[in-house]
Amino acid sequence: MDYQFRTAVELLALVERHGLSVSELTLLGEAELGNGTRDELLARMADYYSQMKASVAAGLEITGRSRSGLSGGDSRRLHAHSQGEKISALGPIFERSIAYGLAVLETNAAFGRIVATPTAGSAGIAPACLLTWQEARGASDEVVSRSLFAAAGVGKVIGYGACFSGAQGGCQAEVGSACAMAAAALCELDVGTPEQVVQAAAMALQNTLGLICDPIGGYVEAPCMMRNGLYTLHAFGASAMALSGIKSVVPFDEVVGALREIGQKMPRIYKETAEGGLAATPTGLRFRPRPRSESAPPT
Amino acid sequence: MTMSAFEIIGPSMVGPSSSHTAGACRIGWAARELLGGTPETVRIGLHGSFYATGQGHGTDEAIVAGLLGLRPDDERLKDSFTLARKEGLQFEIGEIDLGPEAHPNSTQIELKRGELALSVRAASIGGGSIQLQQIDPFPVDIRGSLETLVLWHLDTPGLLARITGVLACAEINVASIRTSRFERGERALTAVEIDGSFPADVLSVIARHRSVERLARLPVLPGF
Repeated sequence: MDYQFRTAVELLALVERHGLSVSELTLLGEAELGNGTRDELLARMADYYSQMKASVAAGLEITGRSRSGLSGGDSRRLHAHSQGEKISALGPIFERSIAYGLAVLETNAAFGRIVATPTAGSAGIAPACLLTWQEARGASDEVVSRSLFAAAGVGKVIGYGACFSGAQGGCQAEVGSACAMAAAALCELDVGTPEQVVQAAAMALQNTLGLICDPIGGYVEAPCMMRNGLYTLHAFGASAMALSGIKSVVPFDEVVGALREIGQKMPRIYKETAEGGLAATPTGLRFRPRPRSESAPPT
Repeated sequence: MTMSAFEIIGPSMVGPSSSHTAGACRIGWAARELLGGTPETVRIGLHGSFYATGQGHGTDEAIVAGLLGLRPDDERLKDSFTLARKEGLQFEIGEIDLGPEAHPNSTQIELKRGELALSVRAASIGGGSIQLQQIDPFPVDIRGSLETLVLWHLDTPGLLARITGVLACAEINVASIRTSRFERGERALTAVEIDGSFPADVLSVIARHRSVERLARLPVLPGF
C-alpha cells in the first residue's frame, strides 16, 4: 500500500513524496483499497455532490414546520433576504452560504435525502460551502466534487485519531469535523498548498473544540441547524487564514488528539442525551418528545 | 482497519437520524431478507430510546420501509405506512422491555409470511450501523457488512464440515462461522459470513443436507 495515511504528518509526507494534492492522494488511496477505478470513484463522489446540491435545493423549498415543530422555513427566509435590498454587510454570497447550510438540515428534518458528511447532523456544512464557492467562482461540478476527496482525506485523519459521533465526542466531533473537512476542500479549491489545506482544517477544528451536543428534544434540528448554517462562515474563514500563510500554533494531529481527549472527558449529559445545555433549558424542555398514543404492545 | 473515503462522505440517506432512521430501516430490511420476502403480518416491539424518541425520528416508518424492501436512501421511506397497506403488510408497533442490558436503540420484530414465522432482535448501534443479536431463540452477532448465510438446522455431527467443504470447493473465503444451540441434537442456527457472494448452486447443495430445515441468504446491507 503506497497511499494510505492515518495522520496529517503521514499525509503531508506522502503528497510531498509523490507530488500530489490532498484530494489526489486520497483518491489514489481509495483506488488502492480495491473500492473502484479512479473514474468510478470520481463518478461516485460526483453523484454524492449532486445529491448534496439536491438536498440544498429541497430545503430551500420548505415552507412548513418539521414534525417536532422545531424547524422549517428558515433557509427559505434567509435565501430571500440574501436577494433583497436589506442585505447585511456579509453580502449575498455568505448570506446564501448560511441559508444553504440551514437548508440541508431542514431537508433532513423533513425526511428528505441527505449525504452524511460526516454525519446526518453535520451534513449541511460541506455542501453549503462547496455550492457557495462554486456559484462565486463559476466552476464545474467536476472540479468541485473532486475537492470532496480533500475533505475526506482530512476526515480520515479525524476518524483514525478521534471519532465523528455526537454521542461519543459531542458536537465538536460532528460539526467540528465537518467544518475542518469543508475548510480543507475550500482551501484546495482556492489553490492552497497541501500544507495550507491541512492548516485550514487545523484552524477550523480547533475553534470548535468543546462544542457540546445538546439537541433540543433529542431531535437533529436545534441547535444543529443553526450550527450547520453559521459554521459555513467559519470554514471559509479558516481557509482564508490558511491561504494568507497563517499557521495554527498546534498542528492538526495534535488538535485531533485534543478533540478526542475533550470528547472522552465531556460529561454524558452533553453527548446527544438531550439532558443538558440548550436541551435542558426551560424552553428546551418544552420540546421533549410527547408520550406515544398507546398501541397494542406485541405479545 | 483501513478507512474508506466513503465512510467519511456518505452514506446517502433519508433523514433525520443515522441511528433512529437509517439504522432502523436496515434492521427491517435485514429481517425481510431473513424471511425471504415481504411479510404479511408483523409485530414491532420498540425498546428504550427507539420507543421514547422514535416517533419524531421516523423510526416506525423506517422499520416498516425496510420490511417492504426499501433502502435507507429511498425517499418513499416516510410514506411506508401507506405503501404497507397497498402491499398487504399488516403491522403493529408497541413498546417492549428487553431488559437493562439491551442497547437503548433495540427492537424485537415478529414476522409471518404464509406458514413461516420468524423473530429478529436487533440494535442500531450508531452511524447507521446495526447488529442482529437474536434470530428466533438463537443468539447471533451479525453486522451485515459481509454477505451472511443463515441456516436453521438440527444439531448433527458433520454439518459444519459439510458446509465449509462445499464453500472450500467453490473457493469461497469464510470470514466467520457461528453455531448457536441449546441442547445437543436439537434445533440450532448457524450464521456464516463470507467475502464475496454465495453462488445459487452452492446454496442449493447446502440446502439439500438432511439436517437443514431452511436457509436464508442475507446480502450485504444497503449502504455498505
